[in-house]
Amino acid sequence: MNPMWPDFLDTGCAPLPSNVAACRVQVDAARWCEAADAMREAGAGLLSLWGSDDRDRDQCLRVHAAYLLRDRVVVVGHAMPASQAIYPSLATRFPVAGRLQRATYDLLGIRADAGDTRPWLRHGGWPEDVFPLRRDVAATRTWPVTSSPYPFIPVSGDGVHEMTAGPVHAGTIEPGRFQLAVVGEKVLRLEVRLGYTHKGIAKRFETLAQRDAHRLAAHICGDSTVAFSWAYCAALESITASTPSPRALVLRALALERERIANHLGDLGGLANDAGFAFGQTQFSSLKEQLLRHNAELFGQRYLFDFVVPGGVARDLPARALPDMLDEIAALEHAVGDLRGIYARHAGLQDRFLGAGRLTPAQAAALGAIGLAGRASGVARDLRVDQPWSPYDHSSPVLATSTEGDVAARVQVRFEETLESLRLCRQWLQALPAGERVLDVPVAPAGQLGIGLIEGWRGPVMLALETGPAGGIRRCRAHDPSWQNWPLLEVAILGNIVADFPLINKSFNLSYSGHDG
Amino acid sequence: MFDILSRIRRTGRLSEPYPVPDTDETTPTTIQRELHAVFGRALCIRHVDAGSCNGCELEIHALSNAYYNLQGAGIRFVASPRHADLLLVTGPVSVNMEDALRQTYEAMPDPKWVLAVGDCAARGGLFGANYATRGPVSAIIPVDAVVTGCPPEPLAIMRGVLQITRKRPA
Repeated sequence: MNPMWPDFLDTGCAPLPSNVAACRVQVDAARWCEAADAMREAGAGLLSLWGSDDRDRDQCLRVHAAYLLRDRVVVVGHAMPASQAIYPSLATRFPVAGRLQRATYDLLGIRADAGDTRPWLRHGGWPEDVFPLRRDVAATRTWPVTSSPYPFIPVSGDGVHEMTAGPVHAGTIEPGRFQLAVVGEKVLRLEVRLGYTHKGIAKRFETLAQRDAHRLAAHICGDSTVAFSWAYCAALESITASTPSPRALVLRALALERERIANHLGDLGGLANDAGFAFGQTQFSSLKEQLLRHNAELFGQRYLFDFVVPGGVARDLPARALPDMLDEIAALEHAVGDLRGIYARHAGLQDRFLGAGRLTPAQAAALGAIGLAGRASGVARDLRVDQPWSPYDHSSPVLATSTEGDVAARVQVRFEETLESLRLCRQWLQALPAGERVLDVPVAPAGQLGIGLIEGWRGPVMLALETGPAGGIRRCRAHDPSWQNWPLLEVAILGNIVADFPLINKSFNLSYSGHDG
Repeated sequence: MFDILSRIRRTGRLSEPYPVPDTDETTPTTIQRELHAVFGRALCIRHVDAGSCNGCELEIHALSNAYYNLQGAGIRFVASPRHADLLLVTGPVSVNMEDALRQTYEAMPDPKWVLAVGDCAARGGLFGANYATRGPVSAIIPVDAVVTGCPPEPLAIMRGVLQITRKRPA
């Protein structure tokens, strides 16, 4: 046993309802730090950090940190009196905490005792002294926007100039701002500003019924809709101890893997396009379109929005689906294998991919990289392998990793994951279990916390759901892995040329909406 | 090189005929033809994501794939509002994007049109109006036409663009 591991993390830890192993412990400020040190020592990552307003219950505001160990999730909660809402910062131990702490302050007025204090989600849309996620702020209250310039960290020196891109970008992508400091062609520094698509989703959750809110969860991040809606449903089902049928779980897993395949196909095309190889874009976008049309026919939705519902899935597969999907898998395996060979043999393409935007394994470990970008930089973690929930516990997915950490590595991981997802889909289709499409999920009693944790295509998607009275929701924290991985881009771009920024950015393809919430 | 050419030959031409039967008179081919008749090869679109979940963006991307081939109809997405005829807006307008959306609209030369794409942009959608969200695009800038759907399919977006072209002053 690790000597740094304090007893209270075992003895004080109460099990939490979840689709993976999870527990919760309440601590004071000293133990908050002790727990963070122990987690860091044990190789855990900070999965998410959020706050809650419990003044109506015990006059306290709370901050919660969810840590991801290899075999479980530990949620550490720390309560503070409202008059002294300050807690020890985790940013020096876990870099991802910096922005999470700033966001927590913007929404709830709970301040970390050190680190960056610039606003993160508040761009001037509500007053500085208003904390919109507090319970005494009405759900529909609005304020006029007041302009508030963001103090980017200035860079100066001989030959340095600064370039700004965004929030509205040249292409069809989500809004965010990139402040680049360059010397000649080389990038000296990148600072990203996010929060533009902040929609107050957490506040909105608190106005919805437990049985309806999966629809909002499905729209937190449109390209990861299956992952988020499954995470929501997993949290709710765990709280109410209702397990969907084996068939419904396999249908969800099919949907999740098809979401992964669709996004990987899109990115593999987009990456070739950003490197000037339009053939790749044409080929992969056509394969993706075929997959989406098949989704529409078989699942009723191109992007599988609202397919995962509490207790099961929205519809069962039609009878023709099995042979159709098996044919589709064979055709896709062939096409993807073919194109992989073409990419590998194309010297011009490889010249752009190899060595570009390198994030070393040491940097990835220090920054707490997770998900796909982490796996391409030696962080060999995948919830489907490490903490498999049903039906992954019987599927033995194979991990795809690289230690190169460059654009080429992120391309390689996408190719391998696409082929592995196709293999998993075939395996499930060949032995599709019987069972109910959907089961009734009872109303959960108030005050229960449940965790849903799903490996989406970008990485782990976590949703912490606390139930309210009368079938309502008291607090819901949805966390996209882009929180962890946006800072990676700022490191990976250093020393590269500005012209490679779109390619490197695309190779991470992080979410704005999922991050902004 | 041979493998690339061979792959192109085996892929064939995907744009025609359109694989999904459609009973509407405005099939993609006729939409493309009409757009071409009105705008020649000169309709330029600027897209702004004003707070979308990224679902609508995925369908806008799909317009450029070989199946919908929007570029083939002479419609281009341009990098600057200064070059655009049509502003295509997605998402409920977040307060953090309100100024950027207004500035983009103001930067476009006249005559200009605004197409609100998706349930959020058209009607406010799931997110409602709160401290962080203003609701539909029409709450911030004038909107000429809307395309509903969550997200609307690429074909619906093409129809919306056509609707705009019919509003064009003579």
